[in-house]
Amino acid sequence: MTILTCKDLSFSYEGKTVLESVCFSLQAGDYLCVVGENGSGKSTLIKGLLGLKEPDGGSLVWGEGVKSTEIGYLPQQTQVQRDFPASVEEVVLSGCLNSLGRRLRYHAEDRELARMNMERMGIEELSRQSYQALSGGQQQRVLLARALCATKKLLLLDEPVTGLDPVATGELYNLIKLVNLCDCITAIMVSHDIHEAVRYATHILHLGHRQLFFGTAAEYRESDLARRFLGGNRI
Amino acid sequence: MTALTQMLSYHFMQRALIVGGLVSLCAALLGVSLVLKRYSMIGDGLSHVGFGALAIASALHLAPLAVAVPVVIVAAVLLLRLSESSEVKGDAAIALISSSALAIGVISVSLTTGMNTEISNYMVGSILSLSRTDAILSVVLSLAVLLLFVLFYPRLFAVTFDESFARATGTRAGAYNTLLAVLTAITVVLGMRMMGALLISSLIIFPALSAMRVCRSFRGVVCCAAAVSLSCFLLGTLLSYFLETPTGASIVATNLLCFAGFSLAGIKGRGN
Repeated sequence: MTILTCKDLSFSYEGKTVLESVCFSLQAGDYLCVVGENGSGKSTLIKGLLGLKEPDGGSLVWGEGVKSTEIGYLPQQTQVQRDFPASVEEVVLSGCLNSLGRRLRYHAEDRELARMNMERMGIEELSRQSYQALSGGQQQRVLLARALCATKKLLLLDEPVTGLDPVATGELYNLIKLVNLCDCITAIMVSHDIHEAVRYATHILHLGHRQLFFGTAAEYRESDLARRFLGGNRI
Repeated sequence: MTALTQMLSYHFMQRALIVGGLVSLCAALLGVSLVLKRYSMIGDGLSHVGFGALAIASALHLAPLAVAVPVVIVAAVLLLRLSESSEVKGDAAIALISSSALAIGVISVSLTTGMNTEISNYMVGSILSLSRTDAILSVVLSLAVLLLFVLFYPRLFAVTFDESFARATGTRAGAYNTLLAVLTAITVVLGMRMMGALLISSLIIFPALSAMRVCRSFRGVVCCAAAVSLSCFLLGTLLSYFLETPTGASIVATNLLCFAGFSLAGIKGRGN
C-alpha cells in the first residue's frame, strides 16, 4: 500500500526556492532516511510533510487513511523542554492531542493508549517521574511514546539521536527499527548520521536543495554520491 | 481576632479580597505557562502599557478599565507577534513598547491633571482604588480567565511543552498563544489596580517560580502555584492592613519569602 507520493515537489521562502524536484513514493512499512548537509532542505521537507508549509509546486499525496495531523512527530528537543516540570505520563498523554477533536478532556481510552505506549518503550515504571530528571535517552523514549500515541501509521523523526551517548543512540535506533518492523509503522527519519542511516533504513533520500538520490539503502551504498558523501570510504 | 473581624467588616476590604483573590489565581495559572514559554517579560511590558492607558483614560475622564483592557489586549497581541518574528528581538521589542507607553502616560498626566493620588495608585497600587463597577467587571473577567484556562488545559499544556509537536498534530498553536496573551493582558490590567504597574509582573512570575522549586509535574506546578499565589495574597493583605504598609509591596514581599523557602526546600529535597 502506498503511503506517500511526492511528485516534483518544490518549496520556497519569499520567492527563493530552497528545495525542488523531489519525487519519491513510500510503501507502508518502509523506513526512509533523509540525509543531506545543513541547509539542504531537510527541515523544509518536514514542514511540508506535516502540512505546516504549503508546497510551491508539484504534489504531495498521502495514501488512504493517512492525514498530516496523524503523523507521529518527534521534533528536535529545545532547551525549554529539557527542564520543563512535567511528569512522563503528562508528556506521553499529550500525544493524544489530535484525537481530542472537540472534546476538552482526555478519555480513559487515551490514558490506556498512553500506558500501552509507555510499556512499548519500556518506560512504564517512570510514568510518575519528572521528565526533566530523566537521562537524554529516556527523554527521547518518552517523546517517541508520545509520537506513537499520535499515529498508527507513520513516524516522522527529526534528528532523534542528537546529543545522545553511543549506548543510548544504539538503543533508540533499535527501538525505532522495532516499531517499524513489528507494527508496520512507516518511519521517516532525518539524520546527519549517514552510516547508521544506511544500516537501519530501507530507503534513502539524499537532498541538496533538490533531490540528489532516492532509492533503497543497498542501491545508495553502491552509488557514487554515497562514496563522495562518505569521504571515499565505502560502507 | 477582633481586628480581623473588623477588617472584614469594611466593604472595600471585602471587595479587595474577592477581586484580589481571583486575580491572584488567574495570574498564577497563566504565569506557569508564561514563565515556561520564556514570556515572563511580556507581563512586565504589559503593565507599563496598562499604566499608559490608565493615565490617558484618567486624563480624558474615561472609565479606566474600559480603556485599558482593549489597549493592553492589542499590545499583548502585538508583543507576541514581535517576539515571534526575528526582525526585532523579543526582549528589545518589549523594552521599546513598555518604555514608550510609560513615557506617553507620564506626558499625558503632566499635561492634564498632574500627578494625583489616582495616578500614583496606578504606579504602586492601592486596595482602595476599586470602584463597585470595577469590582464587578474584575470578578466577571477573572472568572472568564479561570474558565478558559481550565477548559483548554490539555491544549495549553501541549502548546507550552512543545509547540512544534502541537502544530504537527493540527493544533493551532498561534491561536492558543494569542489566547494566552489576551488572558494575560486582562489579568495584568485587573491586577494593576491592586498591585500597581510596578509590581503586577511579580504576581505572575513568583508563584510559578516558587512552585517549580518543589513540584515535578505540570499539574502539580499549576495547583501549587495557585495555592501559593492565593495564600501569599491573603497573607500580604493582612500584613499590609496591620502594619500599614502598601498592599502591593507587602504581597510581593510575602511572595519573595515564599520563593526563598521553596528554593531551600527544593535544594534539600534534591539533596536527599
